[in-house]
Amino acid sequence: MARPAWQRALGVQRVAFVLLFLSTLLIVIPAVAIIGTITVRGMGAVSWEFLTTMPTKGMRAGGIFPAIVGTLELVSLTVVFALPIGIATAIYLTEYATDNWLTRLVRLAIVNLSGVPSVVYGLFGLGLFVMFLGFGTSLLAGALTLAIMILPVIITASEEALRSVPKSFREISLSLGASHWQTVRHAVLPFAIPGIMTGTILGIGRAAGETAPILFTVAAFYLPRLPDSIFDQAMALPYHLYVISTQIPNIPASQRYGTAFVLLVLVLSLNLAAVILRARFRRRRQW
Amino acid sequence: MWQRWRERFIEKTIAASGMFSIIVVILIFLFLLKEGLALFRTVPMTDFLGGDRWYPISEPPRFGVLPLILGSCVVTLGAIVLAVPVSIASALFISEIAAGWAKDALKTGIELLAAIPSVVLGFLGMAVLAPWIKYLFQLPTGLTALTGSIILALMAMPTIVSITEDALAAVPRGYREAALALGATRWQMMSRVLLPAARPGILAAVMLGIGRVIGETMAVMMVTGNAAVIPRSVLQPVRTMTATIAAEMGEAVRGSDHYFALFAIGIVLFAISFLLNAAADLFLHQERH
Repeated sequence: MARPAWQRALGVQRVAFVLLFLSTLLIVIPAVAIIGTITVRGMGAVSWEFLTTMPTKGMRAGGIFPAIVGTLELVSLTVVFALPIGIATAIYLTEYATDNWLTRLVRLAIVNLSGVPSVVYGLFGLGLFVMFLGFGTSLLAGALTLAIMILPVIITASEEALRSVPKSFREISLSLGASHWQTVRHAVLPFAIPGIMTGTILGIGRAAGETAPILFTVAAFYLPRLPDSIFDQAMALPYHLYVISTQIPNIPASQRYGTAFVLLVLVLSLNLAAVILRARFRRRRQW
Repeated sequence: MWQRWRERFIEKTIAASGMFSIIVVILIFLFLLKEGLALFRTVPMTDFLGGDRWYPISEPPRFGVLPLILGSCVVTLGAIVLAVPVSIASALFISEIAAGWAKDALKTGIELLAAIPSVVLGFLGMAVLAPWIKYLFQLPTGLTALTGSIILALMAMPTIVSITEDALAAVPRGYREAALALGATRWQMMSRVLLPAARPGILAAVMLGIGRVIGETMAVMMVTGNAAVIPRSVLQPVRTMTATIAAEMGEAVRGSDHYFALFAIGIVLFAISFLLNAAADLFLHQERH
């Protein structure tokens, strides 16, 4: 007996939904498996000594202290460069710009910047900061390169945060006689700070994990000391992981998993912080 | 008076910062051109774009970029074939079927995947995936184009899922209600109303996914085996444009033809990513009207 059409349609739907569910698992399971593998195999390798000592025996033993410090210094410097320009650009786009060709050009440039491959940023950093401006392979050159890379992240998040501040805040401030800048500074910006911080933390996470832009601008293959100044080379966690996984044979697997684990914890905890901050901000918002 | 000057100064500073992004894009373009075009003083452009041999340090050197472009294409195509159906399906599941805590958990899982640094994925690709591929297909090496495609698919999927989700969410409620009111099942509504209506957004998602994949460097350099030959099969080692720049820039003598040739590859990459972004922007714009 042939089944009625509606029953067949429901049968098809059941099969389709199961397939959709399995597809979703096909993305989520690798994510969990990757993080799980690194955590299980890397946690054992991490000790206080691993985190706080210099690498020894051609990086086959010892710790990753200079790589951790290098990455922290690099991202701090990156934020110092990227944050002011990022916020200023967002303020310009939301509070000052009118809808003309110049504004559209700025937006096009930002979209384009967010799509530039990371290794091309590396080339650019090499050409401009390392060679043309003569900074050499240094923390400064690397931080400037990374700052340009994360600029679109910070601008987009700050813009969204500024736009979510209600129009009435601005109108009231202006009606009380405040100037345009006073309004932005005291009636808009303070309420956008959590959103801007979320974007900044996401940008830091991106900068901390990237390798290609720092390959030719900062990274030292093996530098068992801390950088002296911003004009000095430095080791960095992602580059260190690349080096010990591809360039150095006969290295204990625990060294590699340990380094991968530390990098993953750093990057994921930054992302987690951003997510929590965003959620708390959304819940507490009164308007 | 002082107040007015201060205000003026701040406004000018902010406007100048706004122009910074334009200046940076122009600077990137100029520096790539300045260093990259220097190659063509000694090497004809046809030898670069049409040459099928990349032997940068042999004597005489050969700078044929074709094997690298094809390498990038093979790896990218593989990744997109793997990633697109799965990503669209899971975007449908997450935005239309999943609810409550399950939805949040799945979204978090996908966001986590997006956050993993590419060098970590590359490391696991070498340590875990490559031995599997080697064993499964009985190959001399597990570092192949396919290995690269799988790792890159993992990196493209979060991008495609989240933009597809946005596109689905932008389809008006009325479309769904009208389809259901006509007696369509939820699946019929999704496959015949929702997906066609969200098409421009989904195309944009795919474009941006391709952009992410073709520009990816570290993971692909670590798992594809880096053999600069014209690829004949997905089970052999290949070398992409990005990996070539990253692997060889360290050794290239500053100011040599090799150095300029790597910048010339950078121009090709920059042009491709510019076109992909422009296309995605066009699709997203089309959706809004």
